[in-house]
Amino acid sequence: MSLQIFELVLFTILAAATPLVIAAIGELIVERAGVLNLGVEGMMICGAATGFAVAILTDSSEIGVLAGILAGMALAALFGLLTIFMAANQVATGLALTILGLGLSGLIGAQFIGLKRESLGHLYIPLLSDIPLIGKLVFSQDVFVYAGWALVVGTAWFLSRTRAGLTLRAVGENHASAHALGIPVRKIRFLAVLFGGACAGLAGAYLSLAYTPFWAPGMTAGRGWIALALVVFASWRPLLAFAGALLFGGATVLQLHAQAASIGLPGQLLTAVPYAATIIALIILSLRHRRGGAAPASLGVGFVPER
Amino acid sequence: MRIELETRPVRSTAMEIISPLAAFAIAVLIGGGIIAMLGKSPTQAFHVYFIAPLSEIWSLQEVAVKATPLVLIAIGLSFCYRANLWNIGAEGQFVVGGLFGGMVAVYTHGAINDGLIGGWWVLPAMLLAGTLAGMLYGLIPALLKVKLGASEILTSLMLVYLAELLLDYLVRGPLRDPKGFNFPQSVPFEEIARLPYIVPGDRLHAGVLLALAAVFLAAFIMRRTLFGFDVRLVGSAPKAARFAGFSDARLTLAVFAISGGAAGLAGICEVAGQIGQLQPVISPGYGFSAIIVAFLGRLQPIGILLAGLVLSITTIGGENAQILMKVPLDTTRAFQGILLMCVLAADVLTRYRIKIRLGASS
Repeated sequence: MSLQIFELVLFTILAAATPLVIAAIGELIVERAGVLNLGVEGMMICGAATGFAVAILTDSSEIGVLAGILAGMALAALFGLLTIFMAANQVATGLALTILGLGLSGLIGAQFIGLKRESLGHLYIPLLSDIPLIGKLVFSQDVFVYAGWALVVGTAWFLSRTRAGLTLRAVGENHASAHALGIPVRKIRFLAVLFGGACAGLAGAYLSLAYTPFWAPGMTAGRGWIALALVVFASWRPLLAFAGALLFGGATVLQLHAQAASIGLPGQLLTAVPYAATIIALIILSLRHRRGGAAPASLGVGFVPER
Repeated sequence: MRIELETRPVRSTAMEIISPLAAFAIAVLIGGGIIAMLGKSPTQAFHVYFIAPLSEIWSLQEVAVKATPLVLIAIGLSFCYRANLWNIGAEGQFVVGGLFGGMVAVYTHGAINDGLIGGWWVLPAMLLAGTLAGMLYGLIPALLKVKLGASEILTSLMLVYLAELLLDYLVRGPLRDPKGFNFPQSVPFEEIARLPYIVPGDRLHAGVLLALAAVFLAAFIMRRTLFGFDVRLVGSAPKAARFAGFSDARLTLAVFAISGGAAGLAGICEVAGQIGQLQPVISPGYGFSAIIVAFLGRLQPIGILLAGLVLSITTIGGENAQILMKVPLDTTRAFQGILLMCVLAADVLTRYRIKIRLGASS
C-alpha cells in the first residue's frame, strides 16, 4: 500500500517536472549560444493553445503536438530576427514576446475553452511495465516524458561530446573570437533560438494535450519563467536542469496534495510555494558561486559583425 | 540573402522621433490584419480603438485616469532601464503599494467616522505607506542582485506572483469587510481616504496630477542632477562610470527604490482614486503594460507621458471593441506585444543603417 502511494507520488512528480524539463533544456541551448530569450512563457502558452486547437480541429493529438512545436518556433523566429539579425535588445524583446504570446494564445484558444480531449496515452510494455515501482515509473509514461529524458541526455551528449556542441559553446562564450574563426555566429544563434522555441512549444503542448488535458487561458501559470530560473539554477548543465525540474515538480505536487488534504494552511500560501522556491533556489545558487561564473560569457550581448 | 547592420556615426535625431511613430503605424497595420482575420472590419476597429476614446469628454477623462498608473510606473522603470537594470516586477510593487496603502484606510475606517482621530492625515499616510511598501518590495531584487548576484529579472518577476497571492489572501481573509455579505473585498474607503476629484463628481482624480508631477520631476533629475548623469552614464558606458567612481551597487539600489516607489504610489493611487476599496485583483496588468510604455516613450519623460496616453487609448478602445464588436480582449494584449516589438525593431534604425544584400549568407 505505502509502496503504491510512493509510486503514485513519484509518478505525478515526473509528470509535473516534464514541461519544466523540456522548456528548460530548450532555453539552456539558447543561452549556451549566448542568447537570452525571456519569451519562454509566451512561446509555451502559444504552443499550448495552438496544440490543443489543432488537435481538436484535426482530431489528432500527434498533429496537435506538431502544431504546438511549430507555434513555438514561429514566435522564436520572430525573436531571432529582431535580436540576432537586427541587434534589438534581448531582454526587452523577450518580454515583448511573452506579452504577445499571452495575447495570441487567448485569441487562438478562445473558441476551445471548455472542450476536452482524451489525454495522450501512456506506454505499456508487457512484463517490463509490470515490474513493481520501476515498471510504472520507467516503462509506462506518456511520450512527452520520454521526449524530456531524450532531450536531457541528447543535449548533454551534444554539448560535451560533439564538434557542433563545441562550436555552439564557443559562440556563446566569445562571439567575436568565434566570428574571427569563421564560425557563422548569427546562423548558429538563430538555429539555437529555433530549437528553444520548439522545446517551449512542445512543453506547452504537453500541458494542454496530456497534463491537464484541456485549454484554459493563462494555463502555463509562470512555468516558462520557472524554466528560465531552472537554467540558471542548473549552471547551464542539462543533467542538473533535470534534477532541478524534479525538485520543482516535487514542490508543485506537494502543493496540490497539501491543498487536497486541506491541512488548514491558506491555499494562496501553498500556491506560492513554486514561486518562493524559485527565489530561494536562485539565492542558494548565488551563495554557492558568487560571481555567477557558470554563465556563458557572451550571454545577452548582441552581436554585430564588423567587416 | 544577408542582413547587414552599419553603425551610424551619430545617432540620428530625425530617426529618434520618426522611429516610434513608424513603429506605431506598422503595429496598427498588423493589428488591422489580425482584426480582419477574426472576421471584423478593420476600419470600424480603428475607429473604436483610436478615435472613439478621444471623442467625448467622459472618455477623455477615462483616458487620463487609465494613463495615470501607466505613466507613473513607466517613469520609475525608465530609471532602471536607462541603467541597464531589468526590473520587470513593477506589477508586484504596484500591488504591494495598493495593499499597504489601502490597509491604512481599512484600519482607520471606523475611527474617523466616530471622530476618534483627526482625518486629514489619513490620505497622505496612505500615499506614503503605498510608496514605501512599493519601494521596499522593489529593493528585494536589488539587494539580492547586489549582495548575491542573483538575476533581478527572475526574482522581481517571481515576487509579482507572491504579491498577488498575498493580496488575494488578505482580501479574502483578514481584510474582508465583515458587513460585505461575504464578498471578497474590504470596507469601502471613507471620503477622507479617497483621492479628491479634480472635476467634482467626475472620474478625474488627483492621481493624474501626481503622474504629471512625476514626469517633470523625472525630467529634472535626468537632465539636471549628478544622479541622473550617473544613471545615463552607467547605461551607455558602464566602464567609464566605474572609472569615474560611481558605485554600481548604490545605483542599483537607488533605481530599484525609485521604480518600486513609483509603482507603489501608482498602486495606492489606483486603490484610493479609482477603486475605493481593496479587491482580490487591483491591476489589469498595468505593471507589464508600463514596460511597453517605457520603451515606446524611448525612456524619456515626455515620451513616456505621450506613450502612456497612447496605450491608455488602446486599452479603452479594446474594452469598447469587446462590447461593440465582440473582439476578444486578448486582441489588445497581442497588439501591445506587437507594438513593443515594432518599437524595438525601429529602435535599431536609430543606431544602424540596415542593408540587405542578395547572395550567399555569411
